[in-house]
Amino acid sequence: MASIEMKNIVKQYGDGYPAVNDVSLDIADGEFMILVGPSGCGKSTLLRMIVGLEDITSGDMIIGGKRVNDLAPRDRNLSMVFQNYALYPHMTVYENIAFPLRLSKTPDDEVRRRVTEASDVLELKEHLERKPANLSGGQRQRVAMGRAIVRQAEAFLFDEPLSNLDAKLRGQMRTEISRLQRRLGITTVYVTHDQTEAMTLGDRVCVLRKGKIQQVASPRELYEQPVNLFVAGFIGSPPMNFLPATLEGDSLSTPFGPIRLDERRVAAVRGRDLLMVGIRPEYFEDASLVDEAKMPLGSTFRARVDVTEWLGDSQYAYIPYEAPEAITAQLRDLSRELDAEEIRTQAIVSIDATSRIREGREAEFWLDSRKVHVFDPQTGDNLTRDAEAGARLTQMAEEDRVEQVEHAQNSGQTVSGQGTGGGGGGAHGAHRAGAA
Amino acid sequence: MSSRERTWWIVGGILIVIYALFPIAWIVSLSFKSAADIANGQFLPTTWSTENYSFILTGGASDLFLPALRNSFGICLIATAISCLLAMFAAYAIARLDFPGKTLILSTALAVAIFPVISIVTPLFNVWRQIGLYDTWPGLIIPYLSLTLPISIWTMSAFFREIPWEMEQAAQVDGATTWQAFRKVIVPLAAPGVFTTAIIAFFIAWNDFVYGISLTSTSAARPVPAALGLFSGASQFEDPTGGISAAAVIVTIPVVVLVLLFQRRIVAGLTNGAVKG
Repeated sequence: MASIEMKNIVKQYGDGYPAVNDVSLDIADGEFMILVGPSGCGKSTLLRMIVGLEDITSGDMIIGGKRVNDLAPRDRNLSMVFQNYALYPHMTVYENIAFPLRLSKTPDDEVRRRVTEASDVLELKEHLERKPANLSGGQRQRVAMGRAIVRQAEAFLFDEPLSNLDAKLRGQMRTEISRLQRRLGITTVYVTHDQTEAMTLGDRVCVLRKGKIQQVASPRELYEQPVNLFVAGFIGSPPMNFLPATLEGDSLSTPFGPIRLDERRVAAVRGRDLLMVGIRPEYFEDASLVDEAKMPLGSTFRARVDVTEWLGDSQYAYIPYEAPEAITAQLRDLSRELDAEEIRTQAIVSIDATSRIREGREAEFWLDSRKVHVFDPQTGDNLTRDAEAGARLTQMAEEDRVEQVEHAQNSGQTVSGQGTGGGGGGAHGAHRAGAA
Repeated sequence: MSSRERTWWIVGGILIVIYALFPIAWIVSLSFKSAADIANGQFLPTTWSTENYSFILTGGASDLFLPALRNSFGICLIATAISCLLAMFAAYAIARLDFPGKTLILSTALAVAIFPVISIVTPLFNVWRQIGLYDTWPGLIIPYLSLTLPISIWTMSAFFREIPWEMEQAAQVDGATTWQAFRKVIVPLAAPGVFTTAIIAFFIAWNDFVYGISLTSTSAARPVPAALGLFSGASQFEDPTGGISAAAVIVTIPVVVLVLLFQRRIVAGLTNGAVKG
């Protein structure tokens, strides 16, 4: 196990296009780091540079304190799960998992012990003699993971490992990966374009855009203190609403009425003509359902609802609004970059599932103004980001991680190398039930 | 498919099979005719005789035919093995690596393949005599490589291209050297392709006549197709038709056996080089 440090990593292709541009990133020992971004942002390239399948144009890649730029993949001792699993079709599941051990000339009984352990963890025991072609997608995925965990690698690398699975299986494997990572306490780098995976799995998430790092932070910090318009729009589903706004006195004038800002934020946004205010769907509520005590913390406005979507546990309302050309152009660019379809100038608002607000009618909404962010429409920068609060969130996530790893390692079983040996399957089962 | 359509397919199939197999059937029939029967104008022999076979296997033509058979087998197998091995490396490089001159190699291979054999055989004859390769096994193996290598490279690089890159990258991450990844992952996956290529290469070498007749003079290296041309009748007024037919039938047997043995491999190879994992 080792930390991974990247210093000013650049990847330029033959035509001079920088797929990865000056990326510096420290991944701590045992940390679960997510690389996320829309397609073409360079996240897979970065991962392949870590593992050594892609040459590094300039910069330093340091794994476990050693510069590995010029080392071949096999000398880096990392294990990787590929998007299409890359299982060897001519070998059985057993041999697939044993392959890294066979290459390192491990004695047969040691191979058998470690493969059995790995297959126990991944519940592949009854499939060991089958060929990959006869397995289901989820089983193939687990074989690929088995091949990764069977040896003591310095780190795990995942390249969109769940994107070929259906939604239900994806959720299942996601928790599986998370549990496994905690139990093994191994440094993990995970590439995905799916923000649910990013938010649920990562200790920290690195958001990339066109080969450049936008923000590296815990999921909570990304969500609550995004550094710019891109991160704010990328993280969160349904996405953050962006409304045009101008500052009048100490409040913002928006299509949804005035929004009062505190002094810190007023100072931060002063002096600009046109602003963009970012409000997450859940900062809205049906005004008739808001607690009296909470009411003064926000503002209320009336608007006509275009469409409502009732999902049982929650409800979304769509409210169209007018925006100046500068804002709509910016929003159009943003949605194109995020691979989303054209964003209409409408706000998506999350309201209580019991709300009686109906389509086509005018209704009164309440807006929590404490958490809104204000962006500069030209540069996209978040003007009201509270860096300290953000750092606190990431610090908390780090503490959680340490605690979880300790807990998982004390109660769960360990795979390969940490000397549990045989025996003790039953006892572990009980512990795991307790821990889960 | 309606029954009417199916009937037409069957009729068409039978016609094609008859058209393709009729000459072979004729040769088989000729090989069983006795000398007096050969020119009688009938398809089937009046009496079935094996005199032609004994003529080439134990009789007058046996010292011409048997060494030739041995030569043909040896030379073709060696040429096939060498060309497959070389083609495997070349095709791997062409399919996987980016190096300057890649298209040059492929187009040169194609040019060699379409170059008429007859135009190089005379200079080759002179060169071989000068350097002592005339009438030896290597003297035929080398020109056969020039026939089989281009097509082997082309077919095999098509097969290698079908194998997903990730397979090999996964092997490298798992700790394999480039050579180990090639030997343990790529070669087993490419096996059907290698088989198909080997069989095609063997046929090409096996069927060659021009090199065989021009670059050999004794039974030291003369292959079967050349030996067939040198058969002589019992007297100068008799054609060795029966003997040639019998030899032709015998020469066809290994080809048929090969195809039957590896039929599934060949079909799998020709239709489906892709590896689904």
